[in-house]
Amino acid sequence: MSVSFASSLPPIPVPNADNAGFWEGCRQRELRLQCCAQCGSIRHPPRPMCPRCQCPEAEWRRASGRGTLYTFTIVYAPTLAAFQSEIPYNVVVVHLEEGPFIVTNLVDYNADQIAIGMPVEVVFEDVGDTVTLPKFRPAATEP
Amino acid sequence: MTSIGDRAAIIGIGQTAFSKQSGKTEHRVACEAIAAAIADAGLRPQDIDGIVRYDIESNTELAVIYSLGIPHLRFFAGVTSGGGAVCGTIVLAAMAVTTGQATNVVCFRARNRGKRSASGPGKFAGGRPWEKTPPQLTDAYQYHIPFGLVTPAQEMALIYRRHMHEYGTTTEHFGMVAVAQRAHAVRNPNAVMRRPLTLADHENSRWIAEPLRLLDCCLETDGACAVVVTAAERARDAPHPPAYVLAGAQAEGPIHIQLADYFQHCREETGGRAVARQLYAMAGVTPADIDAAMFYDHFSPAVLLSLEDYGFCERGGSGPFVAAGNIAWPSGVLPVNTHGGSLSEAFIHGYNHLLEGVRQIRGTSACQVPDAELVLVTSSNTDPTGAIILRR
Repeated sequence: MSVSFASSLPPIPVPNADNAGFWEGCRQRELRLQCCAQCGSIRHPPRPMCPRCQCPEAEWRRASGRGTLYTFTIVYAPTLAAFQSEIPYNVVVVHLEEGPFIVTNLVDYNADQIAIGMPVEVVFEDVGDTVTLPKFRPAATEP
Repeated sequence: MTSIGDRAAIIGIGQTAFSKQSGKTEHRVACEAIAAAIADAGLRPQDIDGIVRYDIESNTELAVIYSLGIPHLRFFAGVTSGGGAVCGTIVLAAMAVTTGQATNVVCFRARNRGKRSASGPGKFAGGRPWEKTPPQLTDAYQYHIPFGLVTPAQEMALIYRRHMHEYGTTTEHFGMVAVAQRAHAVRNPNAVMRRPLTLADHENSRWIAEPLRLLDCCLETDGACAVVVTAAERARDAPHPPAYVLAGAQAEGPIHIQLADYFQHCREETGGRAVARQLYAMAGVTPADIDAAMFYDHFSPAVLLSLEDYGFCERGGSGPFVAAGNIAWPSGVLPVNTHGGSLSEAFIHGYNHLLEGVRQIRGTSACQVPDAELVLVTSSNTDPTGAIILRR
């Protein structure tokens, strides 16, 4: 018996009280990171407590949107049906200027351009009517 | 201080045939492997009073005991994670039998993951878990999957690419792992893949997620493996030479399903390194004392990282270590995955590595290391992880 969950729609994030600030920020074209209300350390992905000082309170700070490409992969089959038409596509990890890392995609680049260490900057892409994803393109100028 | 060190032993091993499609349920392959392990230990089902499984295992303790006729359990537990759980099951079983919470504990993994072996809609009911990604993401995958980062191969590719960048590791080094393990599998009648492999075959195999090619990836197979753990003082009565658990340890963090957080942590510490420190301290041995290693190998470069984590070479030195022939049986200084591993024998979530570790101690491997006294077995080194050292 074969069970298929294949769908042409990409799975979407469902925000909760701990991470809504991040996803709402993306909707408003801002990359927001959690900043601990007590020790000021900045973290990503969002979580309900500061791993450094255990303070549960945090505020959302707008990040610069700049960083460097830390690592990447070029994806071929197999992958979800929703991404099949984009093969081969990249997934990258960006080391943000503020310290945290983020999983994302590189956009608006030439195939021979992708390289670890390249400066990048955030752009935003809407997925359907409710979700916006933070993506990165080669930085226009050196940060 | 009380320790599990050298106080428990694996006295029974059992498995099913490994195949691309068994035509059997995960329930049945579990029962077959467990029954075989109990018989191998010279015991009967009613002698078993403990079960440890992976927490994602589809077979509950109840499903096992009512089929096998095990009347009563005193101890039962599940270990977090998939490939990170392998050796943690033995650590828990050793804790149970050395503290009197149980007498004879069965640990097992049943896994039907051949392409046509899905048994239901549940995420872990056969097939590939990622194919059953829900349309709405409520967990940490919401920071991966919307960007097309879906499969374990894609996740691990990001980690291995960074290793290449930092240390000059090459995809040819990946290929050397695949080729060495295939050469072992050629001698192993249990192995699913027994056709010899060359570096050119590896180089010509298609990309899955750069820098990983098809031949860097583990098989997807059907089958099950089980072991019986008992206290050391009872082990000498078993029909086969016991594989004593000289040491066992677990560690959690950093975990690759939160890659952003993984890279924040891995620059200081890996789970494998944390396990290695505990393990060698408990065992009172060094890497130079280990005769063979069964490293978790969902992808060939996982072996490279484990060689570094467990101190067989320095950080970044695993490529040259493998290129020097060190992991190939019979000539290498540290024969690795002498059954062929997940790349060439079968992918039973690392549990077949435990069985091969016991065979090396018993002297019954198809690629037997002469007089093997100490064998290292590890769990996946980027999940929650763990490892054990078996001694003769």
